[in-house]
Amino acid sequence: MNKVTRRSFVAGIGAASVLPAASALSEEPPASPPSSHTPAVTQAAPPAIYLFFNAGEVAFIEAACERLIPADEHGPGALAAGVPNYLDKQLGGAWGAGERLYRSGPWTAGSASQGYQLPFTPGELFHQALRAIIHDLDSRGTPFSKMTADAQDAYLKSLEGGDTDLNGVPSGVFFGMLLQMTVEGFFSDPVYGGNRDMVAWRMIGFPGAYADYYESIDRHGVKFEREPMSLGEDGERHIHPDPNIPAHL
Amino acid sequence: MVQRLKEVDVVVIGVGMVGSIVAKELAAAGYKVVGLERGEARFTVPQFQSPAIHDELRFDIRKALMQDNTREAVTFRNQSAEKALPIRRWESFLPGTGLGGSMVHWNGQTYRFQANDFELATRTRERYGSNFLDPDVTIQDWGVTYSELEPHYDRFEYLLGTSGKAGNIKGQIVPGGDPFESPRSREYPTPPQKEHYSGAMFRKAASSLGYHPFPQPSSNLSQPYTNPEGVKLNACVFCGFCERYACEHFAKSVPQTIILPVLLANPNFELRTGCQVQRINLDSTRKKATGVTYIDAAGKEFEQPASLVITSSFALNNVRMLLLSRIGAPYDPATAKGVVGRNYAYQTMSSVASFFDEDVFINPFMASGASGTLINDFAGDNFDHSGLGFIGGSFIGAVNTNGRPIQYHPVPPGTPSWGKGWKDAVVKHYNHTVMFSLHGSSVSTRQNYLDLDPTYKDAWGQPLLRMTFDFPQNDLKMAAYVTAKAVEIGKAMGAKQVAGSPRKAPYTTTQYQTTHNTGGTVMGSDPSTSVVNRYLQSWDVPNVFVIGASVYPQNASWNPTDTLGALTYWAIDAIKNKYLKNPGRLVSA
Repeated sequence: MNKVTRRSFVAGIGAASVLPAASALSEEPPASPPSSHTPAVTQAAPPAIYLFFNAGEVAFIEAACERLIPADEHGPGALAAGVPNYLDKQLGGAWGAGERLYRSGPWTAGSASQGYQLPFTPGELFHQALRAIIHDLDSRGTPFSKMTADAQDAYLKSLEGGDTDLNGVPSGVFFGMLLQMTVEGFFSDPVYGGNRDMVAWRMIGFPGAYADYYESIDRHGVKFEREPMSLGEDGERHIHPDPNIPAHL
Repeated sequence: MVQRLKEVDVVVIGVGMVGSIVAKELAAAGYKVVGLERGEARFTVPQFQSPAIHDELRFDIRKALMQDNTREAVTFRNQSAEKALPIRRWESFLPGTGLGGSMVHWNGQTYRFQANDFELATRTRERYGSNFLDPDVTIQDWGVTYSELEPHYDRFEYLLGTSGKAGNIKGQIVPGGDPFESPRSREYPTPPQKEHYSGAMFRKAASSLGYHPFPQPSSNLSQPYTNPEGVKLNACVFCGFCERYACEHFAKSVPQTIILPVLLANPNFELRTGCQVQRINLDSTRKKATGVTYIDAAGKEFEQPASLVITSSFALNNVRMLLLSRIGAPYDPATAKGVVGRNYAYQTMSSVASFFDEDVFINPFMASGASGTLINDFAGDNFDHSGLGFIGGSFIGAVNTNGRPIQYHPVPPGTPSWGKGWKDAVVKHYNHTVMFSLHGSSVSTRQNYLDLDPTYKDAWGQPLLRMTFDFPQNDLKMAAYVTAKAVEIGKAMGAKQVAGSPRKAPYTTTQYQTTHNTGGTVMGSDPSTSVVNRYLQSWDVPNVFVIGASVYPQNASWNPTDTLGALTYWAIDAIKNKYLKNPGRLVSA
């Protein structure tokens, strides 16, 4: 666990250290735009602490998320954006325990149009599937995190397309949930632990929780440039993760 | 131990849009009204305020404002030969809960249906002959006409303050509006909202093809407005967090911003939240309701006697309430006999994505729920269907409602679903894509229906509603035809790539389409094919009225809310001026 934590910490610092300090913000929407690739960062990312995933699960999840959304010339990938932390918090909290999931039986496999019909909560589903995946990877000799990117992608594709049984979870169902939650963590507000420093929003030019375009909407075709805004910003633009969400960054 | 409460004049089940309006009218007329709402009380301040309301994860993805499906779900199957299974997570449609109902999270698209829609069976037969439709189609006339509803549409739109441009005032075509609309008695209460870039591009392209673009009628208001009830609304600022959210700005017309302040100030009205109605109670003749039984948030059971019961909950829940109360004969698709649950219909949604170069900035996040530019040239019966093999149509519009990125990151067909290729495409297209919405009609058929599930229960131990539905061939043909027309508009806009997605079968519960679920307690003039008469009064139990989109015999090419508002005022007029003066059947069977 300690090893994993240190690695994530270093990755986080690496992403943050190349970024400039916070720039003063103009409330005037499109005036003197900052470049969309120069995010404001006021503090180094804190070390990752995982409460839901165990060490072996973390090693797989961190590496897998980074293949789903890799770092590239557009900006950081899922790992530097904190997506594994997002997953950890969601799966360890109400969502992982089955929030907004009708849970009464009987459980019967249905058609694709009937949607999810497994008895597992998201938390149970991840633990079940990851136990099988880690067992499978152990038998192959090379840990997932040490594989080449191509080999990692091939392994993820085998999960995506296959219906391999992962302790009762079809691998395609697990992959679908992992991908959905990775996209959620990448693009959701930073208060949830992913999209650190709003990197994903900067990448595409989404202004976040900022929400007044009355004067801009009929300036057709003009690129709107403004620092994105998080729900959790205080007056100095520090973002505070929601204290009501279990687990912390 | 059931506690029996003091009798009141009227009990209203569900305090959403319909419940708020009927309760306000009856309380103002001096009747004692109790409103039973299963969800929580909530208001623009403090519940709907920013920044917390601008949270895509909580509201879009986790569906914070929706019916609690851990306690109350719906089961589903495509065909009656399959076993229905619970929709364990909402995706395809999103019923709301709480004070103000589903209207709190609506877009605000405020369309009238056309005169033709209310007499669809008759007019289809007259124009295309009696053998034109597939034999399983069960469309029928509504039993009320457009001209009867027009004053009520007008009243509802002025309650909302809807922003739009009339296209036909008393038969005179007005430039800038929708030339296909049925005559309205006057202009919209407020002018159209500002036009988004995508709307302007669509307008130009549609005009170049000879079509008739007009601004979408929107109940996200273009300017401050005080409605006839004396309630004030603000102008929309295009925040981009509208549908699936509540409005922080008092700019979206919802019960909290149009009528609840008046209703809640009336001492004749009592709101009780957290109350789950179990059934409407009948006397031994089963022809008269005696009130309702409900369980409150703390689990206590009450009987609330009332002289008049109005069920005004979401369409699906209205149907379930009648089935649980055993009011009306349940529909049986094997014999095509029975009425409750019959003619369930939906909406046939298609879309078109037009991808532009990276120097064209669309800014999709600047959006109201209902601004947009569209055409009705391929909606309803506005085009000749001879030889096409289907009826109905879609509006086609650049209806840009948001750029919230968990859900909205359009990529061209063939893009990988993850990895570097996916990320490249998301960056390349996010701010350079125009989406069209194709809002298609839905015919009712013999095999699409609602009943009670034999297996799955809600948290109170009552059977869930069971939905059996797939897209009829009629509607799939319509979707293919109209999507091809919309693709031509995308090309005329000069897009580099245009991708049309006509709606295909099977219907799936796993992809959001729309929350326009209709039918199941349909209105009409024949008790063998309708649950309520033209005044929305139960044929079987005359002191029960059912008001909701559950009364639509089939669904039209437009969003259903305006028509429901008109029907609400139409029904309440009959209740106040006819029924309450002489309780009994308003139409003889």
